[in-house]
Amino acid sequence: MANVAISAPSARAGTKPRYGSMSRDRLWALRWSYVFLVLFAFFFLLPPIYMLITSLKTSAEISAATNPWWVFHPTLENYRELLTSNQYLTFFRNSAIVSVIVVTITMMISVPAAFALSRMRFWGSATLATGVFLTYLIPETLLFLPLFKMFAVFNEWTGIQLINRWWVLLVLYPTLTVPFCTWIMIGYFASIPKELDEAALIDGATWMQTLTKIFIPVALPGLIAATIFAFTVSWAQFLYPLAFTTSADQLVLPVGIITTLIKGDVFNWGQIMTGALLGAAPPLIIYAFLMDYYIAGLTAGATKG
Amino acid sequence: MAEVRLRKIVKRYDEVEAVRGIDLDIADHEFVVLVGPSGCGKSTTLRMIAGLEDITDGDIMIAGDVVNDVPPKDRDIAMVFQNYALYPHMTVEQNMSFGLRLKRYPKTEIRKRVDEAARILDIKDLLNRKPKQLSGGQRQRVAMGRAIVRNPKVFLFDEPLSNLDAKLRVQMRTEIKKVHQQVRTTTIYVTHDQVEAMTLADRVVVMNNGNIEQVGTPHQLYHSPQTRFVAGFIGSPAMNFIPCQMEEAGAGLSVRVAEGLSFPVPAARTDRYRRHARNGNLLLGLRPEHITEAGQHIQPGEIPFEARLEVTEPMGMETLVYFPLNGTQVCGRVNPNAGAKDGAPLRLAADLNNMHLIDEATGRVI
Amino acid sequence: MVDATLSAPREVAATGSRSGLRRAMQRKSTVAFFMALPLILLIVLLVIYPAFYSLHLATLNKSMERFVGLSNFTFLFNRQTFWLVVKQSCIFAITAVVFKALIGFIVAHFVHNIPAKGQRKWRGMLLVPWVIPPAMSTLAWLWLFDPSYSAFNWVLAVFGINPVPWTGDAYWARFSVILVNIWIGAPFFMIMYLAALKSVPEQLYEAAEIDGANWWQRMWYVTLPMMRNIIAITALFSLIVTFANFDIVRILTAGGPIDMTHVFATWSFRVGIEGGDIPLGASVSLFMVPILAIAAIFILRDITRRGSEV
Repeated sequence: MANVAISAPSARAGTKPRYGSMSRDRLWALRWSYVFLVLFAFFFLLPPIYMLITSLKTSAEISAATNPWWVFHPTLENYRELLTSNQYLTFFRNSAIVSVIVVTITMMISVPAAFALSRMRFWGSATLATGVFLTYLIPETLLFLPLFKMFAVFNEWTGIQLINRWWVLLVLYPTLTVPFCTWIMIGYFASIPKELDEAALIDGATWMQTLTKIFIPVALPGLIAATIFAFTVSWAQFLYPLAFTTSADQLVLPVGIITTLIKGDVFNWGQIMTGALLGAAPPLIIYAFLMDYYIAGLTAGATKG
Repeated sequence: MAEVRLRKIVKRYDEVEAVRGIDLDIADHEFVVLVGPSGCGKSTTLRMIAGLEDITDGDIMIAGDVVNDVPPKDRDIAMVFQNYALYPHMTVEQNMSFGLRLKRYPKTEIRKRVDEAARILDIKDLLNRKPKQLSGGQRQRVAMGRAIVRNPKVFLFDEPLSNLDAKLRVQMRTEIKKVHQQVRTTTIYVTHDQVEAMTLADRVVVMNNGNIEQVGTPHQLYHSPQTRFVAGFIGSPAMNFIPCQMEEAGAGLSVRVAEGLSFPVPAARTDRYRRHARNGNLLLGLRPEHITEAGQHIQPGEIPFEARLEVTEPMGMETLVYFPLNGTQVCGRVNPNAGAKDGAPLRLAADLNNMHLIDEATGRVI
Repeated sequence: MVDATLSAPREVAATGSRSGLRRAMQRKSTVAFFMALPLILLIVLLVIYPAFYSLHLATLNKSMERFVGLSNFTFLFNRQTFWLVVKQSCIFAITAVVFKALIGFIVAHFVHNIPAKGQRKWRGMLLVPWVIPPAMSTLAWLWLFDPSYSAFNWVLAVFGINPVPWTGDAYWARFSVILVNIWIGAPFFMIMYLAALKSVPEQLYEAAEIDGANWWQRMWYVTLPMMRNIIAITALFSLIVTFANFDIVRILTAGGPIDMTHVFATWSFRVGIEGGDIPLGASVSLFMVPILAIAAIFILRDITRRGSEV
């Protein structure tokens, strides 16, 4: 092991590295790594921490413009107010219901589709798989206007009001979650060896039984990753709810906070930050507990292709 | 009765014919091995019997019923795969009982069958483990257990030992044989390893290029191969094929293999071979075990000759010697004490009672 | 040898209706089709159809009663704001993606360098910006940039530097939007690059060291070529997503000041929903299509090329 007093490593290009100088290099690299990691962590965690700090301040303290990085008179008043505010709770409830239902819908569409596309060759399955991936690239910012018009027309035809109802989001969000979740599941299913299908076939399983009794349990990590992804995307959605819901009781959290807590020119920053922090809490909590699945789902694309 | 019959089975993929019309009859309780090099069609044939591949043409009958259009689960077969195909999320016990549970067998029946199979395969202690906790040999036994509990008409094995290391392979070979002695189900076993074929089979089916070359007991294939392919495929090290010419030698025939070296043909065969005396495309087939050092006493039919050895390979219990003859490299097996040395000459004896004469143009053994 | 006597083959009375293997194969296709049907319907009805519908909408007048052909587009071409939006969208996307990739790459390296046990912890912390809903974190940045109470300006004041109009001045506003975008997106790049870094075989580095390469050369000749595919694909992906971004600009600057931070998404929202002129808004967002299509072609080419390499 290299001793603690380290001299500057000799890094002349072309020098044959001796074993001793290699581990000295490594130790230096390690130290610098930690230094930079701390810096970057600081940069990345700054805003959330600031949110927390602000959320513990009274309006008085905020407008007094004292040191913004420190709380002199911490208070939970903001939290109390929001958590007892009907309006805020409505936002939270709407977000929760929408997200949970969308996740269910997404998985019910994605999983069988992914199974069919990855396992059961049928005409056009390869094109469909690429097509699914490509639709993920059609942004919501292109679709929201025609969809708006389509729903208005739909209302004229059938009298079913879709605009300004929170359940319109149940129709819209899956367009964002299903393609990517299908793609994740295809990757996971594809990595299951083909002999397993055949063994199941010989054991007497129908295709549905093969899916439910074998593929889903074996690909469970992928399912969890896809579920987490679908939930996070649904929870964080901003454009679609902003465009399609306007009445206060129909709003979901992101839109609710922005449009109602900002009353005129007076910004109640303490409450806004509290609202934002509470709004960010569910994805963060899920992330804290299921981080590995989260990351695995993201990188499934990188490693499985 | 669980006999299996194949009638003119053809398998075509687009333009390529993987199996070119084979006929085969397998009797009840028989252990038949399909053996041959990669791509000969043995696995395809097995999968057609299983129902995992469509049959392009021909009929397959199991226990007298045509099963061409019957799905695998209704054919009453069980299959053991090369990479075991165990369900990773289920325990050994659940793996073995999966098929029975799908068919809704009563729990007591399932329990009984699983226990019986576990006893036969000696895996009783492993019932609650998951596949990833098992070694390769144990996994293979679980795969076999899964097949046994179904009590099928036919066992199908698809190169089950190919993923095991050499030592384990030998061990598992005996296990499989013991299981067959106990369970007695008709078995069709596919492998590319002729040693496995010879040791396990009641009858061996040698396949090449989508066709059956020969069907017979291991003894028949070893002693009476019908084609050059079979002669060269069975037996290790492989049979030597030496270009030769047939000549009249007095009342009988002799085989000339080189300038100054010809072997007299045993009297029992002269009638059979006489017609081919003028044939220019003859090969003398002689197994290495029939070329040994010339001992003190020469047996009738053994012809001594001298050869200059190129390479010797001491194997411990014997020494393999290689020497050139008429442009081909010939292999012989001699006693380790015979004094074989690289580059040195050695007196050898060829046992022509075990010779084979092959017409190279047709590939058939005469 | 082949048995001479054949018993007459009987057809098997299969379970239930006559289910042949051919029928089963057919069944497989139908079963598969029905399994994929909801997906197909979803995509066709709610993605593909609206996309084409927007083309139709763009050719109508404001009240959507008359067909006006390309006059919406000519109208846009003559407006300076439109070209501002085009320019800004492109600059935002390219700048942001370049820095996200760079920072992601650098941070991934540092995380890769530390022992495996600690990596999980650091990875966890560094991915936080990506996990928080962008709308929420942008609010935090809005507060950090507040004209009167900016916490950043407070720190600058400690060093005697004048306060910065983070969202008040056009050029600073652009900087701020890009900064927030980078903050939110860099962790994603870090995670992807980290996974790719781990997949480079250690032996290549050892061989390079023995050959005498220093760290820079190892990076250039070993790391970058091995990661080339991931780098390209993540960058292209992010380019498309960043290009179409809505949340950040909307919350941080609402497109201002004087439209200097508008991007396609926010401006089409302003024109289409707030201005009530859906066809015009559709025309604006349609302009993203050519650019997105080119990027999509590159991604597709890359994926198929990567597939055939493996």
